[in-house]
Amino acid sequence: MATAEAGGDLRLSGVTKRFSAFTAVDGIDLTIAQGEFFAMLGPSGCGKTTTLRMVAGLEEPTEGSIHLGDLDVTHKKPYQRPVNTVFQNYALFPHLTIFENVAFGLRRRGVKDVKKQATDALDLVELGHLAQRKPAQLSGGQQQRIALARAVVNRPQVLLLDEPLGALDLKLRRQMQIELKRIQTEVGITFVHVTHDQEEAMTMADRVAVMNHGKIEQLGAPSDLYESPDTTFVANFLGQSNLVPGTRTGTDGGYVVIESHGQKARILQSRCVPGSDLLLGVRPEKIRIQEAGDEVPTGLNRLTGGVVVDASYLGVSTQYLVRLPWGQNLTVFSQNLGITERFRDGSAVTLAWEPDHSFGLAGDAAAGVDEEAAALAAAASAPQG
Amino acid sequence: MSTGIKARRWLGRHALHIYGVLAFAYIFTPIAYVMVFSFNRPARSNLTWRGFTLENWTNPCNAPDVCNALGNSLKIGVASTVIATVLGTMVAFALARYRFRGRTTTNLLIFLPMATPEVVLAASLLTLFLNMRVQLGFTTIIIAHVMFSISFVVVAVKARIASLDPRLEQAAQDLYAGEFETFRRITLPLVAPGIAGAALLAFSLSFDDFIITNFVSGDVNTFPKFVYVSAGRGIPADAYVIGSAMFLLAMAIVLAAELFRWRRAKNL
Repeated sequence: MATAEAGGDLRLSGVTKRFSAFTAVDGIDLTIAQGEFFAMLGPSGCGKTTTLRMVAGLEEPTEGSIHLGDLDVTHKKPYQRPVNTVFQNYALFPHLTIFENVAFGLRRRGVKDVKKQATDALDLVELGHLAQRKPAQLSGGQQQRIALARAVVNRPQVLLLDEPLGALDLKLRRQMQIELKRIQTEVGITFVHVTHDQEEAMTMADRVAVMNHGKIEQLGAPSDLYESPDTTFVANFLGQSNLVPGTRTGTDGGYVVIESHGQKARILQSRCVPGSDLLLGVRPEKIRIQEAGDEVPTGLNRLTGGVVVDASYLGVSTQYLVRLPWGQNLTVFSQNLGITERFRDGSAVTLAWEPDHSFGLAGDAAAGVDEEAAALAAAASAPQG
Repeated sequence: MSTGIKARRWLGRHALHIYGVLAFAYIFTPIAYVMVFSFNRPARSNLTWRGFTLENWTNPCNAPDVCNALGNSLKIGVASTVIATVLGTMVAFALARYRFRGRTTTNLLIFLPMATPEVVLAASLLTLFLNMRVQLGFTTIIIAHVMFSISFVVVAVKARIASLDPRLEQAAQDLYAGEFETFRRITLPLVAPGIAGAALLAFSLSFDDFIITNFVSGDVNTFPKFVYVSAGRGIPADAYVIGSAMFLLAMAIVLAAELFRWRRAKNL
């Protein structure tokens, strides 16, 4: 019933889920290749978990279909599909031993060598010595691994992970990320990982779908999403972005020229949305910060008239908050190479960056902004004295 | 430091202990009294201390009818517990798991037998049985006991089901267990302690009941009925023996369960 050999991609076509008046998932089309590590990333309530539960069979789509290879699983019961889930709170059976937890799926499927397979799965997560314990006697990290072993042991076609690391502390989470990636490579099963932690999604996944309001905002490799966000939501949700409003004034070679408060900048045409009202985007680490009078190498985009309002020394880098003449604050990460000087609050600076690093977006500049970080930035830039 | 202040401090430190000892004394004095008087030398009544003897304990069925009444109570207790537990558990699952018309009303109505004065229930049951021309006896007692203990079973089991994480059942289904397998392997074992507790409660309610039983029992004698009737002319010491034995048995069960839990926790 559940053999990885049967194979095939996981295909979602027009999948929609409505709970009475609320549309949790809104017409998602998605193909996840066999053996891929796929992440669904988004804020809580974006529909990522509902999508996962529909693939697991724990929710039934209102519309659309879900296929595993040639098999239509849209309306199949959870126990009828070759898919297993690692639940958010692990959902280990409290009355069964660790071994019996792991063996549960094997026994239900009538597998012959339960003992060997379950033992192998426990060894895979390096917890074979805890086989006779009960779940309550294990630490959170150990329970997490058991939940993983209990699912992986069945060699499903697709393994679903619902915020599996959410309950772990930061250090353990980083460790488990590496572990998960190792196990995925080892067993070669398609992993679909749901998370709201962008770093988690980016470090582990081959491809990431960023979700918002029940729709996929953008889908691609982590580096594509980061370097070329399609929407302001993606630009802000994945890392930090500086978005400066401006107007399209023309083209220059392969570049779109955008004017903002009398200053001109260039964006690659392929990285700019159509329309005349644009947001000029650039990532904080792409910006060079230099003293106001110093010469800027030709060909770079630049914004002049900036004043440092906050400088935070972070060890590997310094984070500057630079206020532009029209009152907007831009964030700049400057690596502490020891060859460039560090700027103090109040320094007059010029910001410059490669035009190829710009991107042009439309829409709400604040969409997807991490509210906590935004509040901190606002506090830092509050008028002083 | 004056002795007055010292005494006040001492009292402040020990007030809770003193209160605790007094409360326990209040609760356990009657039980201790029963136990002590189960060793009283037999006479027509057992109200005054006449001297220590083991005679009552070695021959507890001495008084006419006392063991017959006890046997009846045990039979009725077991039968009504089994029926009330099975039916009550089913009701609890229906109420906890399914949304149907009249669910809220049912939830409220379940509490009604608990809230109604027992004499009223007893009188109305008797009227019902008489009108329907049902012969009073074992059957009517069991029907009555199931009726009043089923509410307690429903409430106890429902609380246990409500505390169950629904994701455990989802996980079981995700791991290829069908609906029945999920119920048998996951749901039932996890709800079992609640069902066992409910069954114990139902049994003690049935074993203990006097008011309703007295109305609907006809000429069947039960242990509480026996004690009540004999109270008029002097309760035999055998009743004290049976009462003490029941108490000790219950304590033993509780202790054994605790011991089992403690040993299991230690071994793991």
